[in-house]
Amino acid sequence: MKKAATRYTRADFQSDQEVRWCPGCGNFTILATVQNLLAELDIDREKHVFVSGIGCSSRFPYYMNTYGVHSIHGRAPAFASGVAVANPELTVWVITGDGDALSIGGNHLIHALRRNLNLNILLFNNQIYGLTKGQYSPTSEVGMRTKTSPIGSIERPFNPVSLALGAEASFVARTIDMDRNHAKTVLKAAVAHHGSSFIEIYQKCNVFNDKAFTELTGHPQRDENRIDLVAGEPVVFGPNHERGVIIGPDGAEIVDVADVGIEAITVHDPTNPDPGPAFALSRLSHGPHGPTPVGIFRDVPRPTYEEVMSERIDRARQEHGPGVLADLVRVNGTWTIE
Amino acid sequence: MPEKTLTIPPPIQRDQVVIRFAGDSGDGIQLAGSQFTAASAAFGNDLVTFPDYPAEIRAPAGTLLGVSSFQVHIADWEILTPGDRPDVLVVMNPAALKVNIGDLQPGGLLLINRDSFDERNLAKAEYDANPLEDGSLRGYHVLTAPMEELTKAAVKGTGVPGRAALRSKNFFALGLISWMFNRPTEPIFDWIEEKYGDDPVGKGNAAAFRAGYNFGITTQEYHHTYEIHPAHLTPGVYTNINGNQALAWGLIAGCEAVGRPLFLSSYPITPATSILEALARHRHFGIRTIQAEDEIAAACMALGASFAGHVGVTTTSGPGMALKSETISLAVMTELPLVIVDVQRAGPSTGLPTKVEQGDLGMALYGRHGDAPLPVIAAASPGDAFNAAIEAVRVAVKYMTPVILLSDGYVANSSEPWLIPDFDEIAESPAVFATEPNGPEGEFFPYARNPKTLARPWALPGTPGLEHRIGGLEKQDLTGSVSYDPENHQRMLALREAKVARVADDITPVKITGDPDSELLIVSWGSTFGAVRAGRNNAEKAGHPAAHVHLRWLKPLPRDLGEVLDRYNTILVPELNRDQLARLLRSEYLVPTISLDKTKGIPFTAAEISDKIVELLEDET
Repeated sequence: MKKAATRYTRADFQSDQEVRWCPGCGNFTILATVQNLLAELDIDREKHVFVSGIGCSSRFPYYMNTYGVHSIHGRAPAFASGVAVANPELTVWVITGDGDALSIGGNHLIHALRRNLNLNILLFNNQIYGLTKGQYSPTSEVGMRTKTSPIGSIERPFNPVSLALGAEASFVARTIDMDRNHAKTVLKAAVAHHGSSFIEIYQKCNVFNDKAFTELTGHPQRDENRIDLVAGEPVVFGPNHERGVIIGPDGAEIVDVADVGIEAITVHDPTNPDPGPAFALSRLSHGPHGPTPVGIFRDVPRPTYEEVMSERIDRARQEHGPGVLADLVRVNGTWTIE
Repeated sequence: MPEKTLTIPPPIQRDQVVIRFAGDSGDGIQLAGSQFTAASAAFGNDLVTFPDYPAEIRAPAGTLLGVSSFQVHIADWEILTPGDRPDVLVVMNPAALKVNIGDLQPGGLLLINRDSFDERNLAKAEYDANPLEDGSLRGYHVLTAPMEELTKAAVKGTGVPGRAALRSKNFFALGLISWMFNRPTEPIFDWIEEKYGDDPVGKGNAAAFRAGYNFGITTQEYHHTYEIHPAHLTPGVYTNINGNQALAWGLIAGCEAVGRPLFLSSYPITPATSILEALARHRHFGIRTIQAEDEIAAACMALGASFAGHVGVTTTSGPGMALKSETISLAVMTELPLVIVDVQRAGPSTGLPTKVEQGDLGMALYGRHGDAPLPVIAAASPGDAFNAAIEAVRVAVKYMTPVILLSDGYVANSSEPWLIPDFDEIAESPAVFATEPNGPEGEFFPYARNPKTLARPWALPGTPGLEHRIGGLEKQDLTGSVSYDPENHQRMLALREAKVARVADDITPVKITGDPDSELLIVSWGSTFGAVRAGRNNAEKAGHPAAHVHLRWLKPLPRDLGEVLDRYNTILVPELNRDQLARLLRSEYLVPTISLDKTKGIPFTAAEISDKIVELLEDET
């Protein structure tokens, strides 16, 4: 609809607050992408609610001229769940980081995904704690030296996409801060998806973890490593699409297209009810190294929590009429004193 | 003390009796007790009950740890407590006897399931000799019945299979005690029919009940029955409620009063869970309930719902309160309505999960990081939990603040007749939302305050033109922007404190009951109300009148409390904790207090209160 494109501009979504991230931070790009996307959507500005936890990325709501809550560390999915259930008309966003969502708030993230509330959960993954100035996070790689792992982290990191798929998420995607068009396309699909959308955004922290994503963003490695997932297309990558992915009984395997023929390459289907193939794709990399898929892994319909809740309330009211307290308190039987 | 006789004497009139049913936690004791209660309520007695059960759902059968009990006090006058010591003790196994016999009144009546006193059960109860044979029960009037044998015989032919028949033995006991106290039997048969329908278990229970009743009529061992006349209660329609039920209904009534939907998110925890269960059943009231993944999420969801315009409520007990603390601080900072219900249990840590304590007062008042004041209200009795919940909702919405509502395991689980109020008379105080910008240049200031209440405006997402951001970082006065300004932080802390202090405008002045001219004032709060009132009454009858103030709001305190405290030489503060209210009164008013603390996981008896009153007043003279 044309009206949507002309109704708002990016400026309508910029708040009066000075943006206070480090110069060069990937968050600036994501903020601009989101503001541009919102200007394009046919959703009233006052219907957007941005809820965040704690961390650099969680300052995001202050910079959006929408409704917003900067909540507490790790709890944004829970706070946002309350907002979404109370008013299903709202478009509720969760802005979180790798420490916020996967460490202190891991429990809330998986349960929000499992419940399928209508939330757009944006995980800014920079593989480091930025706000506290450089400690390892649950996505930092084994061996990574930080202030709290001076001779290298011994913890195996999470693969956020695998985790979300395992948590029964109905929409799972990965994108990269610097690729604005890709990010906007993925986020647009997330908004269109009815239910919890989980988007891992590889986000550059140029102060504490600068080169984390260069294998996916730099030249010429990018062309070798980035696997763009496109619905209905064979999963191929490489400078000349000469490599491809076959998902078989043992998981996903990278092959040379010339060896197997293009028809043998797996065609990507994010709507597959079986999360197995999406999970297999997510296991191709365990961090932004070597061939790594980006795009929409999974996008399947499932009733949202708040829809079912509202339906049940409506049905109960149809069956029993609106609740009357004076009747309710008589359920245990009564007696009369004259 | 009743005498054995072979003729059937007329019922003995009593003005009150305290009966305790006790058995293994798998014996259906709570069910037998609550059915006896229902029949007594229908008969018109005043009553108060006190169930007591182990934390384990099925502790090892027959052991001392697995004993469950249910005490009911019935009377023909208005009573306030479940009774200090039972006059009648019904025991279903040796362990129940061992755990409870110390409480039975000397010369009290002991009804025993004889069949359970075999070698195995005696060993589990750690009895060296059979107490039925060794003369140790000589000080009581003992009536034994082969309850299991007679239950099996009665249930035979109802279709209940062999071993399962024994499960009806609680109904045998109920039948026997119903005979003894001349209870109407229809309510029990009606209940069985409604609950079980055509299920053979219902027929088995009815048969066992009849067998117990008839055993009473025919036994040669005991012929006395007792009669307790209906009480003279305020006319009206009554129902029997426990505190959690009343609290759940009060939340509904409170939300109706402010005209906003009720949103409850909680995590199951003893003894608060049944509030969530009660509200989950009533979708047609438009109530949204969520069983959250943990206590923290429960609080955050409720606060999120409040941000979106519902009345967010979360219910829990001590350990869960500790987990919610950070969210409650966020509610203080964001100044959103939130009702946090703490059904206290004995702590610290997991403590005694099914036992009562008032140990969370300090946490409710101070248990947050930073200076984070909020109103705290406490329920005094099961019926009062209804009103306390309404008030908590009202204050939360009117003052845009989190409110902690303290109940406890005793209020939650005990029950009493409740005069059903006229719901049309519950005053409406509809929530007000911001709809227009309030700034001089058409902007919206989320922290502009109502000059009377100091509440900030409630602007709901979805309202055009009022888009704003709130959060945990300190807010600039008026604009709500993030502010690190030292002067502003100082001012905001003072404003939040002042707002909570304004709640005192809605608090009724101190009401003194008893003898206002006594030298001694008792100050109590929460569930000790009944025992303190009864103890005070008893002391007065014994010639030692005291004054009594029962506090409903713990923060803020009533404006005239300090002036009232100054009038008395001696201030007694009985609490089920270690001095927590006493410390508050001493620090707020610089008055000396005398503490009467009890931390045994059980409520005060009226005698403990009256003894202390007598002791203090005798010291005075």
